[in-house]
Amino acid sequence: MSSDQLQRLKPGQSPHEPEKATLEGKNKFLGFWFFLGGETVLFASLFGTYLALNGPESNTSGPGPAELFGLELVFIMTVILLTSSLTSVYAIYHMKNLDFGKMQLWLGITVALGLTFLGLEIYEFYEYIMHEEHTFTSDAFGSAFYALVGFHGGHVLFGLLWIVTLMVRNSKRGLNLYNAPKYYIASLYWHFIDVVWVFIFTVVYLMGKLGG
Amino acid sequence: MSTATAQKKGFGATLWDYLTTVDHKKIAILYLVAGGIFFLAGGLEAMLIRIQLAVPDNDFVSAGLYNQLITMHGTTMIFLAAMPLIFALMNIAVPLQIGARDVAFPFLNSLGFWLFFFGGVLLNVSWFTGGAPDAGWTAYAPLSTTSPGHGVDYYVMGLQISGAGTLIGGINFLVTIVNMRAPGMTYMRMPLFTWTAFVTSVLILFAFPALTVGLFLMMFDRMFGANFFDPQMGGNHVIWEHLFWIFGHPEVYILVLPIFGLFSDIISTFSKKRLFGYSAMVFAVVLIGFLGFMVWAHHMFTTGLGPVANSIFAIATMAIAVPTGIKIFNWIFTMWGGSIRMTTPMLWTVAFIPSFTLGGFGGVMLAAAAADYQYHDTYFVVAHFHYVIVGGVVFGVFAGLHYWWPKFFGTMLSEKLGKLAFWPFFVGFHLTFFIQHFLGLMGMPRRYWKFLPNQDLDLGNLVSTIGAFLMAIGAVIFLINVIVTSVKGEKVSGDPWDGRTLEWSIPSPPPFYNFTQTPLVRGLDPLWIEKRQGNGKMTPAEPLGDIHMPNNSFIPFVMSLGLFIAGFGFIYQVDDKNWLIVGIAGMLITLGSMFVRSVKDDLGYHIHKEDLEKGAGSE
Repeated sequence: MSSDQLQRLKPGQSPHEPEKATLEGKNKFLGFWFFLGGETVLFASLFGTYLALNGPESNTSGPGPAELFGLELVFIMTVILLTSSLTSVYAIYHMKNLDFGKMQLWLGITVALGLTFLGLEIYEFYEYIMHEEHTFTSDAFGSAFYALVGFHGGHVLFGLLWIVTLMVRNSKRGLNLYNAPKYYIASLYWHFIDVVWVFIFTVVYLMGKLGG
Repeated sequence: MSTATAQKKGFGATLWDYLTTVDHKKIAILYLVAGGIFFLAGGLEAMLIRIQLAVPDNDFVSAGLYNQLITMHGTTMIFLAAMPLIFALMNIAVPLQIGARDVAFPFLNSLGFWLFFFGGVLLNVSWFTGGAPDAGWTAYAPLSTTSPGHGVDYYVMGLQISGAGTLIGGINFLVTIVNMRAPGMTYMRMPLFTWTAFVTSVLILFAFPALTVGLFLMMFDRMFGANFFDPQMGGNHVIWEHLFWIFGHPEVYILVLPIFGLFSDIISTFSKKRLFGYSAMVFAVVLIGFLGFMVWAHHMFTTGLGPVANSIFAIATMAIAVPTGIKIFNWIFTMWGGSIRMTTPMLWTVAFIPSFTLGGFGGVMLAAAAADYQYHDTYFVVAHFHYVIVGGVVFGVFAGLHYWWPKFFGTMLSEKLGKLAFWPFFVGFHLTFFIQHFLGLMGMPRRYWKFLPNQDLDLGNLVSTIGAFLMAIGAVIFLINVIVTSVKGEKVSGDPWDGRTLEWSIPSPPPFYNFTQTPLVRGLDPLWIEKRQGNGKMTPAEPLGDIHMPNNSFIPFVMSLGLFIAGFGFIYQVDDKNWLIVGIAGMLITLGSMFVRSVKDDLGYHIHKEDLEKGAGSE
């Protein structure tokens, strides 16, 4: 089985689900879903911490959520990240058709959107730190905000590094049964990051605006 | 495989083999050795604690050192001794019990071990660099966030690294059990040990991330100026208590559930009976695992969550006694009418049942929230959790090591020395901890450095210390047994206990590919079915063919070493920002090795059919 896995897959060939065609692929697929279950608990703990520390009593210095957040920027970031999830779906659609070129193209678009999101987030943090006196160490609200949103940002960064590594590594040899599961779980990770962002947008930004 | 081949290979080659191995049986040995060494360290700390408390107003150790000893004893025993020893047993037995050639992710198996190992070493380095952590194994804020020196920093970094290893191990076993079972091995035919390993892995998966977050917050507070637990800056230290116990309560089930499964297998084997109420046992394990997540606040009854929260958590806690009771009765009913052989594993098992039940009674007493105000933070609590952890987990580890020693090393531990180790340990255990219930009820608080004379606490503490020495004697006899057995090196057959499950259908120690042909499972206790209805051998489910095996790898070691180095950098950047360079360098080593792992193809290799026929790997 082993070296056959490296044979290049071309459009029109079987299998339709190259990510689950080998035992290794099936294991990766299931193991990654379990990992995402653990990640869910990780973010749930961070959300719990944030919800305990976003009240006025934790906001001992600097502006509170209602004054601080501007929904325009965050809305644009949300649209960009959600779109990147859609483009990664297209990439996996082409992977299932064994069309490597189109898959790489859509993954490239995904990465571009992810980078834009990350850039905007860095800009957002920069504004808070430089002009709003809302920092990691200013008060407990600041610590909780940067821990939750920063953990998500760190996940985005890791996801981008991961997808780019995969794209560069396989750019010459194309899709095969060995790398198809890798692409697939990277896209799962990307969707997970998106889902977490939807909760951050709701809990941190929307509720923060309303709560003020 | 055996010591004979190892000697032939030379020390350097053997060392390299173990540093790079991805074989679950060798990783089990690594877990056993590392966990055993940490168990001795934790035991030594316990002895120092008991010597300090042997007589009133003692000055054997200083107050500061005493705080370090109790902290390190608890932390070491839970995270660095009990967990890896459980992982040693799961690694040796689970793949063999389900008829698999290895775990689902051999590379991650190795990574999990090395992360645990480097985390444990990092934690213990603190002894030599100015003082170990001293805020108790629970590290409650603000005691932990304001503890001077770097002790608690080591606690945070050490547990973070070893916790990541445990999480990886848990995911690995989940996928192994779901995807790698032999044909015919349905879920309801799995041996109880495999079932409990499965439920424990689920608990690891959902409990450890809470600890990860708690440790991150603690790290940010102590090392990077955050304010999560500082009320003056708007923080709230109850968050730590919640996060710690959302992890910490499932953790005790993580430890004890595999032991329940192991005892089920042992009782069934040495009573020559099918396990009584198999499906009820499976149901009880799953229910305990589920309820285990609903009870964390019973550690916080006196925190002030209010009567409603306390009542809910009290009732949920008491409810766990029901499935546990099911298990106790089923074990007794399995033995009832069986033809019982009192081997060493069976002796530990029979001793476990009443010991653990006593611990359970203490647990139900503590679950009564109103009464807990009286027991809280007294020696009653200390007595309770040692009854369940020593009377459950430690007894179980001893039983499991005697039971599966042939699968680890191909030899049998001496039955005579095994029983000789059992008696002082068993008597010493009850002597040490039973009387602590009464010391607690009389008002002796836990974690106090010394107690005053003539308060009716003198005799009880002395008895407790004598018991601790008896336990130490038992442990030493066990070690002698290990040495004597290894020196003798008498080989045993594949099935020395007349076993019932798949691990006994292959040689001891198994060849590195475990099963030459994957076995066909025809029911619960598959080997026993073949012994009774077949020719005593497993029927193969596939023709003899090439076997695919994973490659060894040194990357897991390097990856974990990177985090170990980064740990020092993060700890000491508090004093001098230049240390951040070390932290970043360590992280780059880890990320770099992840990158190498990602871009380098690792396809494994094949053992060819012809070599198998010649007996490759089976010596």
